Amino acid sequence: MSIQATNIRKTFGTVTVLGGVDLTVPRGKLVALLGPSGSGKTTLLRIIAGLEHADPGSGQIHFHGEDVTKVPAGKRKVGFVFQHYALFRHMTVFENIAFGLTILPRRDRPAGSAIADRVHALLKLVQLEGLDARYPTQLSGGQRQRVALARALAVEPRVLLLDEPFGALDAKVRKELRRWLRKFHDEIHLTTVFVTHDQEEALEIADEVVVMNNARIEQVGTPQEVYDRPASPFVYQFLGNVNVLRAQALAGAGVPGANPAALEAEGNLYVRPHDVAVAPHDPRSPGLVAVLRYIHAAGPQARLTLEQIQSRATVEVEVSRSELATLGLKVGDLATLRLRQGRSFDADYAI
Amino acid sequence: MAAAISTTLSHHTSHAAVQRATHDPRWVRWTLTTVALLFLGCFLALPLAAVFAEALRRGFGAYFSAFAESDALASIRLTLLAAAISVPANLGFGVAAAWCIAKFNFPGKSVLITLIDLPFAVSPVISGLIYVLVFGLQGWWGAWLIEHDLKVIFAVPGIVLATTFVTFPFVARELIPLMQAQGSDEELAALTLGANGWQIFWRVTVPNIKWGLLYGIILCNARAMGEFGAVSVVSGHIRGETNTMPLQVEILYNEYNFVGAFAVASALALLAIVTLVLKALVEWRHAQARAS
Amino acid sequence: MSFLRRERSVLPGFGLSLGFTLFYLGLIVLIPLSAAFIKTAGMSWDEFVAAVWSPRVIASYRLSFLASFAAASVNAVFGLLVAWVLVRYPFPGKRIVDALVDLPFALPTAVAGIALSAIYSKNGWVGQWLEPHGLKIAYTEIGVFLALTFIGLPFVVRTLQPVLEELEPELEEASASLGANRWQTVTRVILPELLPPLITGFALAFARALGEYGSVVFISGNMPMRTEITPLLIITKLEQYDYHGATALAVVMLVASFCLLLVINLLQKWSRRYYRV
Repeated sequence: MSIQATNIRKTFGTVTVLGGVDLTVPRGKLVALLGPSGSGKTTLLRIIAGLEHADPGSGQIHFHGEDVTKVPAGKRKVGFVFQHYALFRHMTVFENIAFGLTILPRRDRPAGSAIADRVHALLKLVQLEGLDARYPTQLSGGQRQRVALARALAVEPRVLLLDEPFGALDAKVRKELRRWLRKFHDEIHLTTVFVTHDQEEALEIADEVVVMNNARIEQVGTPQEVYDRPASPFVYQFLGNVNVLRAQALAGAGVPGANPAALEAEGNLYVRPHDVAVAPHDPRSPGLVAVLRYIHAAGPQARLTLEQIQSRATVEVEVSRSELATLGLKVGDLATLRLRQGRSFDADYAI
Repeated sequence: MAAAISTTLSHHTSHAAVQRATHDPRWVRWTLTTVALLFLGCFLALPLAAVFAEALRRGFGAYFSAFAESDALASIRLTLLAAAISVPANLGFGVAAAWCIAKFNFPGKSVLITLIDLPFAVSPVISGLIYVLVFGLQGWWGAWLIEHDLKVIFAVPGIVLATTFVTFPFVARELIPLMQAQGSDEELAALTLGANGWQIFWRVTVPNIKWGLLYGIILCNARAMGEFGAVSVVSGHIRGETNTMPLQVEILYNEYNFVGAFAVASALALLAIVTLVLKALVEWRHAQARAS
Repeated sequence: MSFLRRERSVLPGFGLSLGFTLFYLGLIVLIPLSAAFIKTAGMSWDEFVAAVWSPRVIASYRLSFLASFAAASVNAVFGLLVAWVLVRYPFPGKRIVDALVDLPFALPTAVAGIALSAIYSKNGWVGQWLEPHGLKIAYTEIGVFLALTFIGLPFVVRTLQPVLEELEPELEEASASLGANRWQTVTRVILPELLPPLITGFALAFARALGEYGSVVFISGNMPMRTEITPLLIITKLEQYDYHGATALAVVMLVASFCLLLVINLLQKWSRRYYRV
């Protein structure tokens, strides 16, 4: 079941939360809505679910071509998992998962044994067999998350929507659970949208990432596309680390292969730390001259912080630990930097 | 070695400072506790004890015969009736008010909350007076009521209305902050699962607010049964007809029938004690539910 | 964001619940209350002044105001003490004492009234010891003050208790670690935190005392010019079928209570200024 949102606008008083957003979620995909807080991603998700209405006169929501804009939340057949799970605290796990079935009108309601079968099948699916008699307060965060998921799936939703599904979990559980969600999605192939502010999470498990900022969608693409070819300075800075260098300062430094005309224009050059090559200073070889200020070598990659001599700009560089050992650089040494790849948003060029 | 000693020492002194920081010396604790308990003893325990002592001054025989009187029984019936109408009415109101205030945003919400609290700010005497002004002989609808042979003031309906007024905010003001703190996520979750309004209310909201609901009912009932000033104004003190228990206490007391007055008063005091016990139990259960 | 998000909630029942709330509020509270103001508006200015500013009325204002003020003050001091002891010090029977604090809320005022007058009359448990020394309590202003102290007792305790409970011990530890002694910590760190709820509790007790009737009438003796409180004067006027006089007095008291309510609301906003955004 695909989702189409067209021209969704939402304002609260004078604040614009969504400024005419268009979004298409292809059938069966796992899509991340990624953005900082206040970017409008959660509001967009809630509008898709029918928990909130877009401004009157603005766009529509279609599920697989069917206009559901006027359909109330309870009839849209969406599975919604809330950030803090919103489990019914006075019901057991079993009762929580069965809720959507037990409230059906009598003629549509499955028999008690059929409901029990469905609940137990779902418990098995989310790997919580045997916990059906527990209350939500007796579960860990990760277990609650999966109960919320099972509860949403019990009504056989057409799409699954998750609001910051891992936000309330600690770092280790979060990593396990998001891999589990990816595997889970590959098994059930339900069109799924999840909201997150964690770029690592989005890049790791989503088929497609929708980057949002300031009530707009900045870019849509596969994780690799949005990481390698960010469409805007915001996406560059939001996804991964980046050095922002004033282009003018670079022109004077004689960066090899650079188009002088492009570099003389006012503007910034965006360079990923792993796209900077570093070597011990050699006055004969071209490049930017910089002083090594700090070495952070805890972890698989070493991160060097250098200060460019001319402009005093800070440049972060990532090299492997073995490369660092070969270079033999110490804090205070002079180094020559060469930029392998970078981007300015006036003109695209590679160095 | 020296460094180790000095860290132990400094740790020791800082530990002592922490002790001092939150704990008062023993004599301060003892003095303050004693003074506080003496104050509460004089002002709370003494009057409560006096009620029962005075009621039993002439022994149990006189005590129980005070309840056998038909006027006393009539006053008990009327008190129960007034509470049985006003408490459910205010319960329904409290739930409706809390639902719209806690779950929705609308202009004038804070004004509405203030208006709901208004009856607490009004003297009980005035609470009775305003109904006299509306339904009394010279009141707005007085002539109309006489025409249709209806009586509100100096009759049971007036007592019920005055009781409802003074107990008006109790349930609402318990529920509003509770439901605001709980938020709407569980209700919204039920909504996405296809539940309709009544299903959401009965199966998700009510179980979550049941302790607050009970708490509000207990307080509302205590006040409804014990109200004196407002009811006194609208009752007309007709023996056996429009006297609630507190009014019966007043009449007996003014007739120097002290044992009778204190006997009825002791029944009301017992109600107060039961109220306090129930209230403590509900608070305890609620704290437990929150802790788990 | 979350406060914005609730706007136009998709939950059902808004119209029904708000409609019923407004209907019931209007029927039980607003229409009857407006009757008092409309009735008074029908009086001429001179009639109004005669009703609310005669010597007997002024004497009742003075008694109501002063006795309520004194009672609220005593409750502020002892309420602070009781709240502190209940929150900070362990002692046997604490839960019972804590529950007992609410007795003035739960005990019908008429019961409190006859109990207090029984204790403090000349044959009573306390009165028999005091009266030989020339200290008369029942049927004097002191009796009024005692009754008003009783009914206002829980307000200060109950507004202070939650604030004291939530006061982080780290505050006191920080103060001590910066070199303050216990007295300095209490007076300069704790008391300023408690001041807003203390004043709020005082105002609540004061407002309640101003309007109180049931517990006072039995112990005050109700002598005009001396021990007659304003609510009693309203009843007296009603019993003499002076509806205009009674209503005019009621309007004066209502305006005073509404002003107090406004002050209390502002005070509560002030006490919350450090908490919750």
